[in-house]
Amino acid sequence: MNPVNYLYLAALLFTIGATGVLIRRNAIVVFMCIELMLNACNLALVAFSRMHGNLDGQIIAFFTMVVAAAEVVVGLAIIVSLFRSRHSASVDDASLMKL
Amino acid sequence: MENLIALLVAAPLLGAVVLLLGGRRLDGTGHLLGTVLAAASFVVGAVLFADMLGKGAEERTLTSTLYSWIPVEGFQADVAFRLDQLSMTFVLLITGVGTLIHLYSIGYMEHDERRRRFFGYLNLFLAAMLLLVLADNYLLLYVGWEGVGLASYLLIGFWQHKPSAATAAKKAFLVNRVGDVGLSIAIMLMFTTFGTFAFGPVLSSVDGASEGTLTAIGLMLLLAACGKSAQVPLQSWLGDAMEGPTPVSALIHAATMVTAGVYLIVRSGAIFNAAPDAQLAVVIVGAVTLLFGAIVGCAKDDIKKALAGSTMSQIGYMVLAAGLGPIGYAFAIMHLVTHGFFKAGLFLGAGSVMHGMNDEVDMRRYGGLRRYMPVTFVTFGLGYLAIIGFPGLSGFWSKDKIIEAAFAYDDGVRGWIFGGVALLGAGITAFYMTRVMIMTFFGEKRWQPDAEGNPPHPHESPKSMTIPMIVLAFGSVFAGGFFAVGDRFVNWLAPVTEFEHPHPVISVPAITTATVVVLLAGAAVAWAMYGRRPVPVEAPRGSLLTRAARRDLYQDDVNHVVLVRGGEHLTRSLVYVDHTLVDGVVNGTAAGFGGLSGRLRRLQNGYARSYAVSMFGGAAILVAATLLMRAV
Repeated sequence: MNPVNYLYLAALLFTIGATGVLIRRNAIVVFMCIELMLNACNLALVAFSRMHGNLDGQIIAFFTMVVAAAEVVVGLAIIVSLFRSRHSASVDDASLMKL
Repeated sequence: MENLIALLVAAPLLGAVVLLLGGRRLDGTGHLLGTVLAAASFVVGAVLFADMLGKGAEERTLTSTLYSWIPVEGFQADVAFRLDQLSMTFVLLITGVGTLIHLYSIGYMEHDERRRRFFGYLNLFLAAMLLLVLADNYLLLYVGWEGVGLASYLLIGFWQHKPSAATAAKKAFLVNRVGDVGLSIAIMLMFTTFGTFAFGPVLSSVDGASEGTLTAIGLMLLLAACGKSAQVPLQSWLGDAMEGPTPVSALIHAATMVTAGVYLIVRSGAIFNAAPDAQLAVVIVGAVTLLFGAIVGCAKDDIKKALAGSTMSQIGYMVLAAGLGPIGYAFAIMHLVTHGFFKAGLFLGAGSVMHGMNDEVDMRRYGGLRRYMPVTFVTFGLGYLAIIGFPGLSGFWSKDKIIEAAFAYDDGVRGWIFGGVALLGAGITAFYMTRVMIMTFFGEKRWQPDAEGNPPHPHESPKSMTIPMIVLAFGSVFAGGFFAVGDRFVNWLAPVTEFEHPHPVISVPAITTATVVVLLAGAAVAWAMYGRRPVPVEAPRGSLLTRAARRDLYQDDVNHVVLVRGGEHLTRSLVYVDHTLVDGVVNGTAAGFGGLSGRLRRLQNGYARSYAVSMFGGAAILVAATLLMRAV
């Protein structure tokens, strides 16, 4: 199967994730969309790895997973504490950091 | 012998320090100490003079380096003295006349409770002036120059309780500062051109500099000389300086201060010789000033101010002669010395008259004093004959030589113009000095009681005042002849200042005859106007010229309009430019950034999703740019 199709799929997933980040208000959903973007990148990396016939892309994909796991831990903690203090998981409610 | 040179300056300086720091304990003896130290300086000068006479003409220059003042690589400023024939002449004049004036002041200032301080200032004046003429480089000369300015400020404003004296002192100081700027610029130019400011190296390497540079240096030196010597356009301080005690006027006008400018020009002769344009400027300044001072002197009723006008005029003669180059330098200095004698004598005589007349200065309230003050009358009279250049007396020998040299300037039209001006000046001098003489000593008594209603009781002054006047009268009579016979003075100065014989456009006997005729005419006119007719006590309104001359030919009005008003307009327009242009740019920039940041602020709305949009947008732009670059 032509590996370019995987790239199209990766681009599609990334776009879906980016759109989700921009238009959804629920922090959990935004968070999931970010994960979707990361995994789209992983897919692209693995596809490139296959196309070029070396393992560099796959190794970077592993790194991405590790970083994503760490990010999930921190991000979920923030969302939980935000929910506790404001009783809402909407990202637009946490808009105090402005001039 | 070299070691004695520093002593010349040290003696009066010591006097100034002791008298000014000593406090009231010295009130009883301070004046004697000051006089003795001035005399000591004169004695040292005389010893050095005797030593100098014993040597050949070429070996007479003594130099002595006291210590290195600013020892920096490439900028060597030493406290070094040079005693040659030129500075020797000045040393003897300054200390000799200075000592006589000290002596005179003992009597004149007897009733002043601040007499000790007065003598301290007098000593400071002498020390500064001696430093000025003995310095071996322009920087040290500048120190003396400023010292003279300071001492003159302190002395002119000595009676500081009078607002007019305080103002006059400030005026003298400020006008002198303008000249000082010229001297400092000249020194800087010398340093950049020659790499040094010692007399020897600068004056001997003049050939290496361009004429433009030398002209610039010369003009700056001329500006400096104008300030100290009260030449047009910086002459306005001299008349007001009469607010000081009379001995101060004598000291400023005869021995110190105003002679400094002439000294500076003659000392820098090598620079002027190589810059004819600067020389022409010097001659013009001298010629204008000699007429200016003479005209002002004609109209003044204040005896001291009339004499001040005459000083300005006589210094104008010296500056004119100094501008003529090697044909004039020696005569400028010769006139300076003879002028030192008769002008000091005249001022001391005027002080003596004031002393006997309840400090009245208006000559219209004098008259007939010759019977009451015989010594003053005779000494003043001899000074008068000397200053108008009566044949045989000092002024005749020196002034006549200057007129001859002026006629020899450039062998043509210039000779006629400047010779004519000098000749005319001699006539006016005879007129105003005869006027002073007649109004003071001859005619009816026009005495008026002073402000407290006490009628004056004119009397001869004490011995301490008359003796200096007698000594100076001797100088006024004989000095000129002694100098002129056998060209003694010229030969004495020639190794330092160079000398060429002037070749006037008309013959020398003709000039001498013309001078005598002109001075007799001037004196006759004065006699016809003031001797034959009674002098009114209140000044008549006078002609337009008289009224102008009474106001010093509107010098203060000119300064007011040009400098004060001009300065005000300048500052006002500068403030306007500051408010509109400078503040406009600054405020505009601030407002622009304020508005811009106000708009940028809206981007910081706190919504995480809008930040995400800008991140995506930025990433998209980066990717697009990268792709574009690769495509190109």
